[in-house]
Amino acid sequence: MATLQLKDVRKSYGSLEVIHGVNLEIADGELVVLVGPSGCGKSTLLRMIAGLERVSAGTVAIGGKVVNEREPKDRDIAMVFQNYALYPHMTVFDNMAYGLRNRRTPREEIEVRVRDAARILELDEYLERTPRQLSGGQRQRVAMGRAIVRKPAVFLFDEPLSNLDAKLRVHMRVEIRRLQQALRTTSVYVTHDQVEAMTLADRLVVMNKGVAEQVGSPVEVYERPATTFVASFIGSPAMNFLPVSVNGESRTLTLRGGQPLTSLDSPSPAQDIIVGIRPEDIHLQPNGQGEAVRLVVGIDLVEVLGADSVLHGRLVGSEDRIMARLPGIHRIRAGESLPLFVAPDRFHYFLQSGRRMAQQ
Amino acid sequence: MVENRPWLTVLSHLVLLAGCLVIVLPVWVAFVASTHEAATMLRPPAPMIPGTHLLDNYATVLFEGFGQASRVPQWLVLFNSLVMALGITIGKIAISITAAFAIVYFRFPLRMTCFWLIFVTLMLPVEVRIVPTFSVVASLGMLDSYAGLIIPLIASATATFLFRQFFLSVPDEMAEAARVDGAGPLRFFRDILLPMSRNSIAALFVIQFIYGWNQHLWPLLITTKESFYTIVMTVSRQANVQDGVVQWNLIMALGILAMLPPVLVIVFMQRQFVRGLTDTEK
Amino acid sequence: MKRAIFNDRLLPYLLLGPQLIVTLVFFIWPSGEAIWQSMLLEDAFGGSSRFVWFRNFERLFDDEGYWASFETTAIFSIAVATIGLALALLLATTADRSLRGAGAYRSLLIWPYAVAPAVAGVLWGFLFNPGAGLLPYYLNLMGVAWNHQINGNQALLLVIAAACWNQVSYNFVFFLAGLQSIPRALIEAAAIDGAGPGRRFWSIVFPLLAPTGFFLLVVNIIYAFFGTFGIIDALTKGGPARSTEILVYKVYSDGFRGQDFGGSAAQSAILMGIVVVLTVVQFRFIERRIHY
Repeated sequence: MATLQLKDVRKSYGSLEVIHGVNLEIADGELVVLVGPSGCGKSTLLRMIAGLERVSAGTVAIGGKVVNEREPKDRDIAMVFQNYALYPHMTVFDNMAYGLRNRRTPREEIEVRVRDAARILELDEYLERTPRQLSGGQRQRVAMGRAIVRKPAVFLFDEPLSNLDAKLRVHMRVEIRRLQQALRTTSVYVTHDQVEAMTLADRLVVMNKGVAEQVGSPVEVYERPATTFVASFIGSPAMNFLPVSVNGESRTLTLRGGQPLTSLDSPSPAQDIIVGIRPEDIHLQPNGQGEAVRLVVGIDLVEVLGADSVLHGRLVGSEDRIMARLPGIHRIRAGESLPLFVAPDRFHYFLQSGRRMAQQ
Repeated sequence: MVENRPWLTVLSHLVLLAGCLVIVLPVWVAFVASTHEAATMLRPPAPMIPGTHLLDNYATVLFEGFGQASRVPQWLVLFNSLVMALGITIGKIAISITAAFAIVYFRFPLRMTCFWLIFVTLMLPVEVRIVPTFSVVASLGMLDSYAGLIIPLIASATATFLFRQFFLSVPDEMAEAARVDGAGPLRFFRDILLPMSRNSIAALFVIQFIYGWNQHLWPLLITTKESFYTIVMTVSRQANVQDGVVQWNLIMALGILAMLPPVLVIVFMQRQFVRGLTDTEK
Repeated sequence: MKRAIFNDRLLPYLLLGPQLIVTLVFFIWPSGEAIWQSMLLEDAFGGSSRFVWFRNFERLFDDEGYWASFETTAIFSIAVATIGLALALLLATTADRSLRGAGAYRSLLIWPYAVAPAVAGVLWGFLFNPGAGLLPYYLNLMGVAWNHQINGNQALLLVIAAACWNQVSYNFVFFLAGLQSIPRALIEAAAIDGAGPGRRFWSIVFPLLAPTGFFLLVVNIIYAFFGTFGIIDALTKGGPARSTEILVYKVYSDGFRGQDFGGSAAQSAILMGIVVVLTVVQFRFIERRIHY
């Protein structure tokens, strides 16, 4: 059990900096998910924590001790790799025992720990098989087993579910969460899948281009995305963005076509801003109390998913693209125009730079 | 086949049978000769049906020796061939796999220089630089020794490249998982990489064993004592005896003995052989 | 490029050491020696030698015997390569048809690779031995007087036959592997398009096999140039009257038998140049093949 601190961690290859100073404090027993598109630096960051990449600047501390110069084996971490990296010529038992043997753990102790892990992961029957003889999900569990037998201070997961099919992924996601809650081991989990990120994380770190754009609980990140990037990355379908201009004194927001949208409570720092609306905040009726903003949308495509339907279209007037997610099945034909409603307290306001506007 | 054409099938069989016949003929004739008396050989044509002296001939060759070039019992010469072939095979595999490990898994000054130095050996078959190689080995005092038979032939660019190719195909995560599991480079090599390479090693073993066993010019040059002769060079020495009666039956017995071990290796390790052949050339 | 690497400083050199030492001592040093020697002229009684720049090469190029050896090598290697490749292709395409007993044919066809060139030479020498051999007897009955120990053309024919015999299984293995890697669906598509077996071979199989064929061509030329030393040595020793003395054999016979070290070294240097060219051709081609 341990805490994990990153202080202004940077990584450069030659003169090219790819991680631009990440600060992060992870509490004991917490599961933090690093999420972002490919190439955002999340895996590099994880590998620096593991000691597989050198830290170019800043410090990584595990349990309060700076580990920058320590070999991976001396950091008290265990890692689950995307392709599992199981040793193909060893049995499941030997795969799990290898790390313990290298640490000269007594034979009986190894036996006990491997059997325990196998029981938790339901691998008892497979201990004498080689990875080749296992299914994808079983291999994934062996990779997990290899990590948990070590009882490390920190678990590191590098996209551990991305090689599984969709159904198995959902199942293993739940198992990982259960396991981590049972073991209460500090964990860092890397994924590009926002659903995985939302469901697993105690806290999320949304990364983009080598920068941690937002750190917070999943609800926080969803409710108050710090940037347009975070807003569009978390949530599905992605948030709609409507460029609007602020009308001086009246603080009225107008769409590009001149249609007024709503008014701000406090003065805006800029003339042109961006309004973000989540597709699931758009409704067919102005339900509930309070005023609702009416948007007329020309529909060009309807995707019926069963539980809900996604409408694609353009705002009549401003021609901004917009998506709406309505619960249930809707037989709306392409080409129709219809009014949709949003409560203005569901609006997100961003500056042109992409940063969330204060107060609003 | 896509469609059924009986005449084409018959033709295919005929072509293959003819091919096999031509392939087998010289060896069959040699084998038959090795089962007859010396006198039979002097009356042409050479027989096509095996005779009754198989055991006599092979016993003579193996335990007594004969003629100018094989005055020692030939089991010793076979043993020399085995030592040479195994020495070359194991030596090549050992120094190539460690070299490939160094080149793939380490970064160090002069790495590419080393790589090219090894690569260059591809371009220098022993036959081409035979005279100076001989003088180098002579000046090192390695004539008439197993070391002289083996060591100059164990450098191998092909084996190094094969292992390098294989190591490059091993996922990076394998080494990283081992590092996280607390294995240093040598332990990773021994516990993970070496067992994972066993198919490549088996394939190379077949190819290199044949290469080592079949060496002819090299042992011919550097051995002067019969106790260091190898079987392949002995066969060609015997066949080229200038004076006296050529004992074809015994020479052919020697020839059969010379080709038996590598042929058996190919027949019993056909899969590894094909793999080794196609892999080493990639 | 691997990103997973270890950080030891000394270890990689220790691991590379044996290979490098063997390479330096037995490859680089002798080759350097060959090039150095190719520019030295040893006086007739041995002992002293002087540096003569390219005189040995000039002497070589003025020597008709050397050009004759070039010609022999050219004829020999072209014959070995074309005959060996054609036969192997024929056998491989027939064996690739899913015939009954195909496995047995395959086993019967691949083992000559294991026979040492020198032993192959002895076997063929016996088969065609003018005194005791099987075939000369029947050839005589048919009115052909066979004696490769006297007749240079017959000797050349014989070494070509033995070399092809020795090499055909190698070509066979590669052609068969190449044939088996051609997707079945392609052949079937061509059959549906109405192409018969012959047409399918020339329009689909042959072009797809061309990279393998080209690769084998280079390998066979290298084999004919250098790998056939044992066959020549066991069968003809370059004779009769140097009619089968290919370049690599001349290096040996001039060096060891003729004691002409400068001339032999100059020949070595030229051969090294030829191998370099062939290897470069082969590697450029392999680079292409990786992308394909």
